[in-house]
Amino acid sequence: MTALDFSTTIGNAWFPAPTFTASGCASSGRELAQFFPLREMGGVVTKSVMSKMRPGRPTPRMAETPSGMLNSIGLQGPGIDAFLAKDVPYLVEQKARIIVSIAGETVEEYSTLARKLRSVSGISAIEVNISCPNVENRGLVFACDPEASRRVIDGVRRTIGGELPIIAKLSPDVTDLVSIAKGVVDAGADGLALINTVLGMVINVDTMRPHLGGKTGGLSGPAIRPIAVRAVYQVHAALPQIPILGMGGIASGKDALEMILAGASGVSIGTASFGNPTAIMSIQNELKQLLTDRGFTSLKQAVGFAHRPNEGE
Amino acid sequence: MTQINKSAKQLLAPIVSNKRVGQYHQIIINIGDVAATCKPGNFVAISVGGDSSRMVLRRAFAISRVSTSTTVGGTMELIVAPHGQGSKWLCAQGEGVVLDLVAPLGTAFGIPTEPVPVLLVGGGYGSAPLFGLAELLNSRGCRVDMLLGASTGSKIYAPMEGKRAVNSMRIYTEDGSMGVAGRVTDPIAEIIKDLNVAVIYSCGPMPMLAAITTIADQFDVVHQCAVEESMACGVGICMTCVLPVENEDGSISNLRSCIDGPVMDGSMVQWSKVGQQL
Repeated sequence: MTALDFSTTIGNAWFPAPTFTASGCASSGRELAQFFPLREMGGVVTKSVMSKMRPGRPTPRMAETPSGMLNSIGLQGPGIDAFLAKDVPYLVEQKARIIVSIAGETVEEYSTLARKLRSVSGISAIEVNISCPNVENRGLVFACDPEASRRVIDGVRRTIGGELPIIAKLSPDVTDLVSIAKGVVDAGADGLALINTVLGMVINVDTMRPHLGGKTGGLSGPAIRPIAVRAVYQVHAALPQIPILGMGGIASGKDALEMILAGASGVSIGTASFGNPTAIMSIQNELKQLLTDRGFTSLKQAVGFAHRPNEGE
Repeated sequence: MTQINKSAKQLLAPIVSNKRVGQYHQIIINIGDVAATCKPGNFVAISVGGDSSRMVLRRAFAISRVSTSTTVGGTMELIVAPHGQGSKWLCAQGEGVVLDLVAPLGTAFGIPTEPVPVLLVGGGYGSAPLFGLAELLNSRGCRVDMLLGASTGSKIYAPMEGKRAVNSMRIYTEDGSMGVAGRVTDPIAEIIKDLNVAVIYSCGPMPMLAAITTIADQFDVVHQCAVEESMACGVGICMTCVLPVENEDGSISNLRSCIDGPVMDGSMVQWSKVGQQL
């Protein structure tokens, strides 16, 4: 039996495994390092960082829902300077592969962040989060507007040059995801992260008001997995050469395989880590076994395998 | 910003016993060597509902006490009120059921270096971790007095053996069904003066912790409180359980109650800003 080639690539970045944290679901990696060595997974996608320190939204920030949860964090974070001073060196020291996720309120803020990252060593790729639902102004969700999405990615690409791969993180809360995906790829994205959380709300029937401090929140967990699988499948069909980081409710190796068959070159694990800090390690091991059981000798063979023509056609 | 509890481990741990005590369940879990690393104030995060559960998040419970020398090895005791779906599931699990848990998590109560008089204040089942704390403080020579309060008598958790380590225990209920009618915060100022209390330790609902902070600040007494904020992960990665806390430079940050808490310096928590936009 030949060994399985479990590696994956996004742009010019190579990862020994296709398993990543989902941004905003691992802080900056330190906490998970208590449970397993960070270098054993494909990479850490850090919590989306902005130019300045940001306190985030008021509590309550969380509501558990059937097979999922709503979160309303609002991009709480230390700001790019503190992040680069403390968090990146730690991850480098752990020999983790790093995808830095950035978020901005304006097209210019994204470019400013990209400029600060340009010369930082040890970063494998940049995720450009243009789809966080937990912002005060829905107009700030660039990923809901094809033109705004394109401008952000174009600005980051121009600033960063041709070196670092750019992954655009998109929202499923749009009518035509494929056209937005095509737009950001045209503007210079090397890969896509699909999907961010789905905008939702819970109303507390005792107080009879929205439960979350921010009123609306992002729905994650297995409840949204079929939406994510559909999004990955549709975008892969339209853009088969573009690597996709698939995410949305992956909690087992089987779920990860489903996403890969739909067209993802890698998977991010978020909510499952909240329920189980070693979820990423279990998913990785299960996925390896499932690929081997099905006769694949490399992960790449399985990417988009669900799109193959029916036998005899 | 502090780090995740360095002793935290994920383990599969069997339930040794599960007994109903009034409105609560006393659940003893065999956690082996991990028991030796648990300190009063720490908590445990437990996976609930089994593999096919629609509950995807861990549940956090205060560790009420640990024992390192039982016949089955190290154990932890939890006092659980079957309120929500997760706690109801846990309370329904019997002896031998294996739980997936992470412990110990969070900060612990600080123990005074000198044997000083201390006051322990518990609200409802929040009082559970105070009994293990009382034993530790008592063993260090501190005079320990305890106040327990709840809306009604059936919500008071006060095990008989809990009285061994305390000098006095007074109970307050809002409806007067047990102990004195009134709030647990009513006698605190007087007790501080009478006994020259140096440290107040508290566990319970947030309005109670806020009220104790006001009194403690007035008398310049240290107030260590264990906060309860809803958590998705318990290990510091979800950022949902934050509380506004004053930093040394006077600025205010949203700190995670799972990592920088649950035990916090009450005077630094900005109680009036909880649930407000910073």
